[in-house]
Amino acid sequence: MSNWIDICPLDDLQADSGVCALVEDKQVAIFYLPKEQAVYAVSNYDPFGKVHVLSRGLLGDIKGEPMIASPLYKQHYSLLTGQCFEDEAVSIEVYAVRIENNRVEVSLEG
Amino acid sequence: MSTKQTLVVIGNGMVGHNFLESFVASDIRDNYEIVTFCEEQRAAYDRVHLTEFFSGKTAEDLSMVSDGFFETNNIKLHLNDKAVEIDTMNKLVVSEKGVAISYDKLVLATGSYAFVPPVTGHDRKNCFVYRTIEDLEAMMEAAKTSKVGAVIGGGLLGLEAAKALQNLNLKTHVVQFSPRLMAAQLDDGGAKMLADKIEALGVSVLTSKNTTSIVDGDECLHKMNFADGSTLETDMILYSAGIRPRDEIARKSEIKVGARGGIVIDDQCKTSAKDVYAIGECAAWNGQTFGLVAPGYSMARTVVADLAGKEASFTGADMSTKLKLNGVDVASIGDPHATAEGSLVYTYQNGADEIYKRIVVSADKKKLLGAVLVGDASGYGTLLQYCLNDIDLPENPDSLILPSRSDESVGLGPDALPASAQICSCFDVTKGQICDAVESGCHTMGELKDCTKAATGCGGCSALLKSVLDCELEKSGFEVNTDMCEHFAFTRQDLYNLVMINKIKTFDDLLSQHGQGRGCDICRQAVGSILASYWNDYILSDDHLSQQDTNDTFLANMQKDGTYSVVPRMTGGEVTPEGLIAIGQIAKKYNLYTKVTGGQRVDLFGARMDQLPLIWQELIDAGFESGHAYGKSLRTVKSCVGSTWCRFGVDDSVGLAVELEHRYKGLRAPHKIKFAVSGCTRECAEAQSKDIGIIATEGGWNLYVCGNGGMKPRHGDLFATDLDKETLIKYIDRVLVFYARTADRLQRTSVWMENMEGGLDYLKSVVIDDKLGLCNDLEEQMQHVVDTYQCEWKTTIADESKVKRFRHFINSDKTDENILFVEERGQIRPANEEERQHMAVTEEA
Repeated sequence: MSNWIDICPLDDLQADSGVCALVEDKQVAIFYLPKEQAVYAVSNYDPFGKVHVLSRGLLGDIKGEPMIASPLYKQHYSLLTGQCFEDEAVSIEVYAVRIENNRVEVSLEG
Repeated sequence: MSTKQTLVVIGNGMVGHNFLESFVASDIRDNYEIVTFCEEQRAAYDRVHLTEFFSGKTAEDLSMVSDGFFETNNIKLHLNDKAVEIDTMNKLVVSEKGVAISYDKLVLATGSYAFVPPVTGHDRKNCFVYRTIEDLEAMMEAAKTSKVGAVIGGGLLGLEAAKALQNLNLKTHVVQFSPRLMAAQLDDGGAKMLADKIEALGVSVLTSKNTTSIVDGDECLHKMNFADGSTLETDMILYSAGIRPRDEIARKSEIKVGARGGIVIDDQCKTSAKDVYAIGECAAWNGQTFGLVAPGYSMARTVVADLAGKEASFTGADMSTKLKLNGVDVASIGDPHATAEGSLVYTYQNGADEIYKRIVVSADKKKLLGAVLVGDASGYGTLLQYCLNDIDLPENPDSLILPSRSDESVGLGPDALPASAQICSCFDVTKGQICDAVESGCHTMGELKDCTKAATGCGGCSALLKSVLDCELEKSGFEVNTDMCEHFAFTRQDLYNLVMINKIKTFDDLLSQHGQGRGCDICRQAVGSILASYWNDYILSDDHLSQQDTNDTFLANMQKDGTYSVVPRMTGGEVTPEGLIAIGQIAKKYNLYTKVTGGQRVDLFGARMDQLPLIWQELIDAGFESGHAYGKSLRTVKSCVGSTWCRFGVDDSVGLAVELEHRYKGLRAPHKIKFAVSGCTRECAEAQSKDIGIIATEGGWNLYVCGNGGMKPRHGDLFATDLDKETLIKYIDRVLVFYARTADRLQRTSVWMENMEGGLDYLKSVVIDDKLGLCNDLEEQMQHVVDTYQCEWKTTIADESKVKRFRHFINSDKTDENILFVEERGQIRPANEEERQHMAVTEEA
């Protein structure tokens, strides 16, 4: 059973953009698409730039698959699988996230 | 001991220099020591564009010598020293200053001189030829005390010279010996139309005037007496009555010269003396001399090939020309005089629009032999290709010059040209070479120019080059996909138009009406930029935030370690001591790395995201505003100190820079925009390397556009001269908005210009002549942007919900503990990998 950790009120998320949450000792990037009522959580760590910045990237999709573009060197990562579109060998962690009673909750157990 | 041979080149004009460039690029370069003599005090410069010296170009601008060319290529240049004698027996060249060089191979590129009619008084004061920069400098000096000027000679150069005199504010006359202007290139009808057009521009044209003497004038310095008894009073006289080959050194050295002058050469450009070649205007091939650079370049290539033991020959040259004289298009192709037996002539004359066209075709109506175009030279490219490549004419050849009354195109598609067709005559680039370049990956005009050099000489072939490119791309099945991305099947320009026409104000509206999916980093950023440049709304509003790149989102520049740099605006590079102290104190308080930028302001590095609003609160309190260093927008207007302080300053460059920076600050565009203003032609602000560059002159401001420094430097194009401030600002408004509307995403003005069909002339026609009827609209749009300016940092700080966004964690007040600095030269810098590991170990211990 997932261990859901309360993060913040839904209002604190940024529509069609990202924020960063501290979940235990992990930096988690959370993205929110209000039109689809969708929310995604991935690691905030950029494996190419080696810094914690992915929550500050631009959001969108590649052939329908929701993705985030690194603000540093513009690699794209699937928000569903964490796979890097440019480099098969690279992926980022993906976390479970949900909206419950207008609160955002994350589970690090995936 | 050197086993190298010695190659001597006499003359460092355009052709001599072109020879050197071709030679050092060849594989026999290392077999020779190279020595060259140049009698002028300047090495090679662009004589074809000499007139531009009057419109503000400097001797440096006209120079054809790339930086360090002679040094890098180890060429011994004897400047300001004329070779006067050749001992062909002992293979020795002797110069005026007494330098003697033994040669193994010798190339004569001595050029030509201006013919001065030997009439009484021809050498009076203020009588000039039009050949060197020194001639032009003397003319400019004389013009200061003159009111009237006369040009003897109504050929190409004479008409250019007349334009130059008119630009110097002289009442200008063209005095032509023959009954018509441009006698070599035009027939009577074309010449008459040209004369009418030139007279309408305020230059008087006198034909069939044989000058017999020049004497003291009554009202002016001189009086010219003509054979028909009439006279003309003038203060200045310019001789432009043709050129003669400089063959005196050959005559003296007993090298064979032609009956009508010129050093006689064969198909390999060899003269009568062993191992001596002649190229360019000094050479006579088949009894003919060539007064254009293209044949000279062609001879230069022939000699390089011959020296390398390759087969090559010079077989004459096409003397077709196209040019704009005082804004009047004139072109001549092949044999315009119908001298071939049985040739037929078609003429189209349109008195209302002042257009004259004439074509000469072979007796069987199959081939084009020559053409004359005045007033509309748009058909030049097509006609030239018919003529040069012996392409069969359409059934009714007159369709080539008759105005088309339907949509049917009579132009010759690039597909119809053979691979051998020469597209660029300046650099001898054939259609085949262009096709190869396209195939090997050159898919833009810029790449194609870089790779083949086509259209980088006179630029006359650029429209044709573009059509070959487009045609090849289409043919090779290479899908010319100009879609922005998978979410919008439109170009950036299309999207801009959609926003303008449909008054779309948000990304979501544009996406739902004209796109698909969720968007991506490409289209979000591009549309965000379009919306901002058209509407100029606050970019962090809820509607726009999701389209901003991280730099725009946090109004600062992200660095490699995830921290940001902060740049307050310092208009024109001006800052008060109090301002500087405030910045220093803030930098010290937040421990920021401080560096002065190339744009004359101060950049503060190493600010964590959560520190940005605090830093900006203090900067704003100290009187600063956002410098937009993070935006694809106006960055800085760099300036020199100008006439306020500088001994040489002509105008107040700082004052103008400050005014312009305030006007255009915050303007968002396809890419960043940099300006500079120099207070005199010494150009200390380096304005010619900026998107918009302005240089003060005695007569006002000269405007340069589309320059760039950086990775691929581009010299700005001189756009307009001697402008008053009001006109200057209007032109800049129009250029910038036109750029914002029509450029591709992330395309700097330099690349925009390189890819613009019609290039500089087209941009001028849009901005100065209002060809598209857009100017009002462009100015209004700019005024809207100016009127709606806001300091984004002030707006942001005043809104608590926006400030909240700068916390690193949405759910914690902690900061990012992975950001680590070390000290270097007294300031912070990001720790490198090794240092980070060391720090982690130390902490654990």
